[in-house]
Amino acid sequence: MSVLIYTENFDGKFKKTTFETVSYGAEIAHQMGTTAIALSLGSVADNELLTLGNYGASKVLKVNDARFSNLDNQAFAAVIAQAVEKEGANVVIMSGSNIAKAVAPRVSVKLKAGLVFAVSGLPKNLSPFTVPKKVFHGKAFADVVIKSPVKIISLAQNSFGVKENRQTAVIEAFDAKIDDAAFKTKVTSVEKSTGKIILTDAEIIVSGGRGMKSADNWKPLEELAGILGAATACSRPVSDEGWRPHSEHVGQTGKIIAPNLYIACGISGAIQHLAGVSSSKVIVAINSDKEAPIFSAADYGIIGDAQKVLPELIGAFKKFKAEN
Amino acid sequence: MKILVCISNVPDTTTKIKLTADKTAIDLANVQWIINPWDELALTRALELKEASAGKITKVSVISVGNQSAEPTIRKALAIGADDAFRVNAEAKDAYFAAFQIAEAVKTEAYDIILCGIESSDYNGSAFGGMLAEFMDHPSVSSVSNFEFAGEVVKVNREIPGGYEVVEPALPFVAIVQKGIAKEPRIPSMRGIMMARQKPLKVVEAAPAEAMTEFVAFEPPQPKAACKMVDPANVAELVELLHKEAKII
Repeated sequence: MSVLIYTENFDGKFKKTTFETVSYGAEIAHQMGTTAIALSLGSVADNELLTLGNYGASKVLKVNDARFSNLDNQAFAAVIAQAVEKEGANVVIMSGSNIAKAVAPRVSVKLKAGLVFAVSGLPKNLSPFTVPKKVFHGKAFADVVIKSPVKIISLAQNSFGVKENRQTAVIEAFDAKIDDAAFKTKVTSVEKSTGKIILTDAEIIVSGGRGMKSADNWKPLEELAGILGAATACSRPVSDEGWRPHSEHVGQTGKIIAPNLYIACGISGAIQHLAGVSSSKVIVAINSDKEAPIFSAADYGIIGDAQKVLPELIGAFKKFKAEN
Repeated sequence: MKILVCISNVPDTTTKIKLTADKTAIDLANVQWIINPWDELALTRALELKEASAGKITKVSVISVGNQSAEPTIRKALAIGADDAFRVNAEAKDAYFAAFQIAEAVKTEAYDIILCGIESSDYNGSAFGGMLAEFMDHPSVSSVSNFEFAGEVVKVNREIPGGYEVVEPALPFVAIVQKGIAKEPRIPSMRGIMMARQKPLKVVEAAPAEAMTEFVAFEPPQPKAACKMVDPANVAELVELLHKEAKII
């Protein structure tokens, strides 16, 4: 019996979401009276692997194999399933990332293990094993029972938090059996902007909607994001108009985000938009229409034209940053 | 070459969610049903690829697991332009069950490319496509935001943090698609709706299988406190509130 946590690395480094996943898995292991084991695939230095101990992992299985530097869903799932079997793990924890979405379902079928996505907290019961999850993008919550002997949980981002729980982790090399023929997808090129804050990692997000009126009006929004160390985002009409790239669209059919602070500028707050942003800790809305539904989801609101309010806000945040 | 698009029948995304009195289910009375938005984009892209293929792609089929009440949604997919459809006659108890059923239903059909959406807008699972690929032992690529042919080779863009990778999968394969795969979902034309009535919709009986998960209870979200309004002439107050009250800056 154990809890196995799959830890994603990004070019050999772990991120906050990885630590959150480990923190969560360690707490479940504690509830079950067992140990939390982290699994890492690809090239990650030992001193980086040891940081997983800070969040409760007592062992780190490493598969230090360069073939895992690119994601191949089938090969990754095969190795994760091998590790689960080797450790006799009965609970497997993954993040809520695109990698988890790519790999966890395949592990589920390999192990005949029930899988639940968008899990929003600790198990409510260990027998029957019951986890809370979001449904309809947070318009309701549900309790789901996983009926199989092995359970797989994908944790919704920012729903548990990073919790320190210092353990001395032992690193163990895991010799996974996988032939080259198992890798059936080939990455031929990568396009990646560097230095830009990634939307799904961002603590603060500044977002614009149709109320920004044109693609040319994004300068102040970007300036505010720069001051706050925030990522920029937009509502669906904005990406549909081509004012901003699709990758910035947040909402039900775009990205689902959960930052600490979401600043919505000129966004009316259609139900599909709110579904994508309602997990934000604090929402600030700036809109000229005082009846706009965004205000029902917001914590703080300013009634006014975002284009006039933004320069004021930039000034106020600059002053704050200079003084703090 | 043949393409299969898997579609899920879901409540309209603008639906106000109500629970049944005993809170063990979502109240589905008076709900409008639609094709899951990501699946609809997948279908749109499949049709674009077929039209641009100069006859190389001979067929786009759709499949769904559901009882008879799912048929209007399947007919809509036919009206949008799919050539034929399958319905596995069972309630889709969970993604594992649905993926198993579809793998069984099409195992002798030899589809070269299978497309589906990355998430379902109802129960927010992201499991179906990867499970189907594993049941069929096909490679899969997830988070696909672009799909092209370069001669015989398929090239897809997979979104990664901060950008994308171009991935070439071996065929047959499953592409699990997200926003960007098609610009906008196609709307059925009047002619499409008329033609859809004549297109084949084959009902397949379900194979014996168990679900791995079960929804046992539902609850509404916690009500939110009223929005605190700040005077636009005094935005410094907002900064102060975020710092001292919300303590997030």
